[in-house]
Amino acid sequence: MMSLLDYFRSSKTNTASLAKERLQILVAHERSSRNQPSYLPKLQQELLEVIRKYVNVGEDAITVNFEQDGNQETLELNIVLPEER
Amino acid sequence: MARIIVVTSGKGGVGKTTTSAAISMGLAKRGHRTVVIDFDVGLRNLDLIMGCERRVVYDLVNVIHNEATLSQALIRDKRCDQLYILPASQTRDKDALTTEGVGRILEELSKDFKFIVCDSPAGIERGATLAMYFADDAFVVTNPEVSSVRDSDRMLGILSSKSRRAENGQEPIKEYLLLSRYSPDRVKLGEMLSVEDVQEILSLHLLGVIPESKSVLNASNSGTPVILDEQSDAGQAYIDIVARYLGENKPHRFIEEEKKGLFSKLFGGK
Repeated sequence: MMSLLDYFRSSKTNTASLAKERLQILVAHERSSRNQPSYLPKLQQELLEVIRKYVNVGEDAITVNFEQDGNQETLELNIVLPEER
Repeated sequence: MARIIVVTSGKGGVGKTTTSAAISMGLAKRGHRTVVIDFDVGLRNLDLIMGCERRVVYDLVNVIHNEATLSQALIRDKRCDQLYILPASQTRDKDALTTEGVGRILEELSKDFKFIVCDSPAGIERGATLAMYFADDAFVVTNPEVSSVRDSDRMLGILSSKSRRAENGQEPIKEYLLLSRYSPDRVKLGEMLSVEDVQEILSLHLLGVIPESKSVLNASNSGTPVILDEQSDAGQAYIDIVARYLGENKPHRFIEEEKKGLFSKLFGGK
């Protein structure tokens, strides 16, 4: 009787799992941006300027990613070149 | 050498001062000479929770500015002679704290005390960052609630990057989770994050769960650290936490819903 009541109540109001899901996404996002060096946006902008001297690429053609795994730091640079016709 | 503990949370109102008062009293009652320092300059409250508000003469900022000596500012607890309180200033602005000044005071206290408990203010301003800067251990007080968990994670980031240990490349600060205001029955109903949920999100070592309890308000009303209310669930939770921190193996309690007897079912528990 009590457990049946619990079942109906919990199916209506299980907000805890929603909270957990939201937090997991948010915390992962905030942690990755927390560890990034502060020079990253400027680096991205300057790299874009240099590449544009040679290749005509769009504003969003470059992504710069910084990852930290233990003592190892990886700077990942990804440039998408336009398709040649 | 003393062990420096910071009690932190980021968010306000989660139980930092309650925890600071309880664990410092607990450590002192276990025979360890302990001092608890209020870092909330401008909004001091530890004195009130400890019940020594009428005995404050000098404070932390007076000592930093050499207007008083440490022994003049320290208040000896009337219930436990191993415990001292160093109150925060009520009048000055938070910029009155300096890294050098705080460092000097902690070094001096380290000679006399076994444990130094730093009660951090809420937020991430100077008082809060200075309370953590010199720490060896961090007690992260968290409520099972989204904004508190997020702020705790933020504090973990600051602990790992902006502390003396981090800057000197020493072993990092040991971080512990204290989950407070926990209601097992609400967790069961899916209305509250569980202790496993919070641990999973923060990946922290759990030092203890403090249940939502009426005894906490009763304790603060009377200026008695709740750990002295040994009959209460919150008091017992803090006694366990102190024991675990000192290396004893105590199984976790207050995580499961209390099994109510017929009496409390009929007449309402607690």
